[in-house]
Amino acid sequence: MLTIKNLHAQIEDNQILRGINLEVKPGEVHAIMGPNGSGKSTLASVLAGREDYEVTDGEVIFEGKDLLDLAPEERAREGVFLAFQYPVEIPGVSSTNFLKTAVNQIREHKGLDPLDAVSFLKLIKEKMKLVEIDQSLLSRSLNEGFSGGEKKRNEIFQMAVLDPKLAILDETDSGLDIDALRIVANGVNQLKRADNAVIVVTHYQRLLDYIIPDFVHVLYQGRIVKSGDKSLALELEDKGYDWIKDEVGSLV
Amino acid sequence: MKPKAVKADIASKLVDKFNEFEKELNGHSKSPMHTVRKNALEELKSNGLPGPKDEEYKYTNLVKSIEKHIDLDNVSNDSSLSDSEVESFLFDNEDANIIVFINGLYAARHSKIISPVSDLVVLDFEEAFMQHPEEVIAHFGNYAAKYKDPYASVNTAFSKNGAFIKVSPGKVIEKPIMIHFISDTRQGIPVYYPRNLFIIGERSEVNIVESFHTFGDQPSLVNQVTEIVVSKEAKGSYYKLQLESDNAQRVDNTQIHQRKDSVFNTYTLTFGGAMVRNNLNIALEDPHCETHMYGLYLIKGNAHVDNHTVVDHIMPESFSNEIYKGILDDKATGVFNGKIFVRQDAQKTNAFQSNKNILLTDDAKMNSKPQLEIWADDVKCSHGCTTGQLDDEQMFYLRSRGISAESARAILLHAFAADVLETVKFEFIREHLDRIIHERLH
Repeated sequence: MLTIKNLHAQIEDNQILRGINLEVKPGEVHAIMGPNGSGKSTLASVLAGREDYEVTDGEVIFEGKDLLDLAPEERAREGVFLAFQYPVEIPGVSSTNFLKTAVNQIREHKGLDPLDAVSFLKLIKEKMKLVEIDQSLLSRSLNEGFSGGEKKRNEIFQMAVLDPKLAILDETDSGLDIDALRIVANGVNQLKRADNAVIVVTHYQRLLDYIIPDFVHVLYQGRIVKSGDKSLALELEDKGYDWIKDEVGSLV
Repeated sequence: MKPKAVKADIASKLVDKFNEFEKELNGHSKSPMHTVRKNALEELKSNGLPGPKDEEYKYTNLVKSIEKHIDLDNVSNDSSLSDSEVESFLFDNEDANIIVFINGLYAARHSKIISPVSDLVVLDFEEAFMQHPEEVIAHFGNYAAKYKDPYASVNTAFSKNGAFIKVSPGKVIEKPIMIHFISDTRQGIPVYYPRNLFIIGERSEVNIVESFHTFGDQPSLVNQVTEIVVSKEAKGSYYKLQLESDNAQRVDNTQIHQRKDSVFNTYTLTFGGAMVRNNLNIALEDPHCETHMYGLYLIKGNAHVDNHTVVDHIMPESFSNEIYKGILDDKATGVFNGKIFVRQDAQKTNAFQSNKNILLTDDAKMNSKPQLEIWADDVKCSHGCTTGQLDDEQMFYLRSRGISAESARAILLHAFAADVLETVKFEFIREHLDRIIHERLH
């Protein structure tokens, strides 16, 4: 589904990604962990198409297409979804109208007719239950005045509505209390199918108690320096990141 | 020396034009109305027109623009507009009182007043003077003279046609009054001077919507003055929908006088015009007046739009709220100058002002200047102005959900304009505005 080869990216003159290689197949859950500043969020942003970053080398193939060639909206229409670490507040834009526009532009891209008001409402109602999101939240402006937890839940709600092939969760656990974390993880798990995939970007192992990864990768200084199964996450939780840094250091 | 010569040139041309105009008036040149005109001409003669050194016209060189685009010796107010062409400018399903002016002249054939005459009198200004001379003379020129704008004097000197509206005390006019000013530029370059007088009686209520259109590609120059008296306990709103072509020159003076316990809303909505100068002056002459001034300008190309507003709190315990928003594309330039006066007697005044702008290109420009002059000591006043670009993070967020860059831009700009648009009371106006904004933003 997704193949990342030798990906290099920088912001201004700061080289952040220094050769990422990653293969994600349908049905898989990958966790990307790493200390602060290792490039985790950069990787998520580059995949979603944030324009602040410049890709200087490497390639990203998604479902046979060169992802880096596509505008952010085209990536979304092809089935890439980024759950933001810090979802932006957009006053004056109603959550519902925004989602309807998104759903219908994605449908148009797929050659489907737009959803009418009734079908759209039905879809929304169904997905709302999944993340236990309240109707009143959706009648407000997008993310405006939402608590941290509400913003994150809204991200997963949008993911549920847009039904992507590949979801990238960028530090979705940060700022969540344990109840909110469970709700969010539960939502993600219910959306999991054999034909879609999830990349969970996180600093802590906590979220991975609920969303069980098939693979865990450790990102350090812009490279994946270690990969393993879920036990690697537990080891990191136990020992911290210093031993990874030491290991990498001893190789140089 | 040179700029002065230019100044003298247009002003002296206008004096010549006045002599021609006077001859056409035949027997009416001895009337009291004409005395007001002649006084205004004397003001023009002694003061001239404001050049770029004039503080009030620092960013808006109207004289230069008129010089460049309008040959005053070659003016033609002839029109060949057909009925269907006129109708194309009227709103759909308009259940309203309608008045149409073509190149400044009252078009009786296209006008219809459906409210009963006991509630509402609507006449061409010239006719109003014949039928209600005392009333017209009592107000005519009184207000415009208070905030001296040289272009208002020019309008007064040439005033003849326009809308006269009188709402009887205690009457609620449910159907809006739509005034359409259409410039037909196909026969030549029209130059005209609409003169409106609205007298809104005590305890009455009325909504007046003016819209301005252009037919054809040649320039036009419209210099308009509107005087509005909002009597005790009256309520109302006054919309200006400026939809002229990108060759239109416009200078517009509106003077509003509010009396005790009155509530009035003004909307200045600019979507077209090459050069537009709006002077909106509101005098809150009694205690407990409430006034809301809304503005939205959505301009592109080389358009220049200048909104100068004055709200004058003269007596205690009145409230004013001003929200102006601008979206400027291409090389468009905007000016906002908002004055709030709080006189010594106007204790317990509440006055708020905000001007926010989004520049869509590096070439678009905005000059925003709030000006508060407060002589009273127990007042609440606030003002703020911002000018910026569309938020990159908001754009990325919307696009990352599959929404095209174009739609994302439109969504954000629509949201930006929302706090003006959402206050528009009439559904059909809101829909019309939505349509214009949609077309403009896509």
